[in-house]
Amino acid sequence: MADLVAHGAGHDLAATHSPDLKHHFDNMTQQFDAANLGMWVFLATEVLFFGGLFASYTVYRALYLPGFEIGSRLLDVRFGATNTAVLICSSLTMVLAIRAAQTGQRKAQVVLLLLTMILGAAFLGIKFTFEWRNDYLEHLVPGVNFIDRPEWGANAPHVQMFFIFYFIMTSIHALHMIIGIGLLSVLTWMAARGRFTPDYFTPLEVSGLYWHFVDIVWIFLFPLLYLIGGRYGVGGGH
Amino acid sequence: MSSHVVPLKVYIGTFLGLLFFTALTTWVAFIDLGPFNTVVALAIATVKMLLVILFFMHVRSSSGLTRVVVAAGFFWLALLIAFTLSDELTRQWSPIPSSWGPGISQSEPQ
Repeated sequence: MADLVAHGAGHDLAATHSPDLKHHFDNMTQQFDAANLGMWVFLATEVLFFGGLFASYTVYRALYLPGFEIGSRLLDVRFGATNTAVLICSSLTMVLAIRAAQTGQRKAQVVLLLLTMILGAAFLGIKFTFEWRNDYLEHLVPGVNFIDRPEWGANAPHVQMFFIFYFIMTSIHALHMIIGIGLLSVLTWMAARGRFTPDYFTPLEVSGLYWHFVDIVWIFLFPLLYLIGGRYGVGGGH
Repeated sequence: MSSHVVPLKVYIGTFLGLLFFTALTTWVAFIDLGPFNTVVALAIATVKMLLVILFFMHVRSSSGLTRVVVAAGFFWLALLIAFTLSDELTRQWSPIPSSWGPGISQSEPQ
């Protein structure tokens, strides 16, 4: 998208610029790229933030593989797979909301952003009210009510360690989801007021990057927590 | 602005691909592949991540500078995991000197 007006005799012409162009940027493209780059730098720090958890998970899984496999089989893969699909749907509605802004459809933006929030809330609902509740009822919450089972034998402390990883990783991921829903509620408000145009939708785009990043974290948590124990052979926990 | 409107079918195709790989990885977990279950699960997760990054996060059409930042994030993650494992997985290679005293033992992998 070209500037609305070329720079002429200095900034007396500023009034004919896009009103969304901040003074310290040359044009809308530069402004958009700067925001985009800044978000990616933040996401790189987020990669390392979650990376510390993934690295320590890898180490302890290598040390205590049997205990981690027992723990993994105690999780309900149906909830994990459903939640993966829910997040993928929410990523689709997010990109479609941005696309609606690019094509100037205000109502579609609002509807799609609301859908994204509802799907994010559905993910949290499934996680908190089904999964964590079941884990609690099965005495699988370390530090709260964890009870070793005789069939685990010497692996019992390592099963507990798996659940410590499970709860810390999923709760930090859930915290990111809650922050994302907070961002989306602000975006929905802005979109409803017609704040986004085909020229200016930077907040939507960079918040979308954050939302997709949180989706990617779950794309790795799902196999690492739910699948990697192997679901074949011995009867699982359910 | 630099961003162009991506055709709907690109988004829908990415979405269907992600759902397909989710079903595939869940299905494969029920088949005994030995150690390859882990390899396949992580490979599928990586493909899904690339789909999201390239198409949903628009890296396919982003600037070179943005791509360098994205790559740097994952490069540092690789360093983090590689150096951690190079420590953890080689601790058993040499015994603890007996002069360190009898009370010291190595952590044993199960």
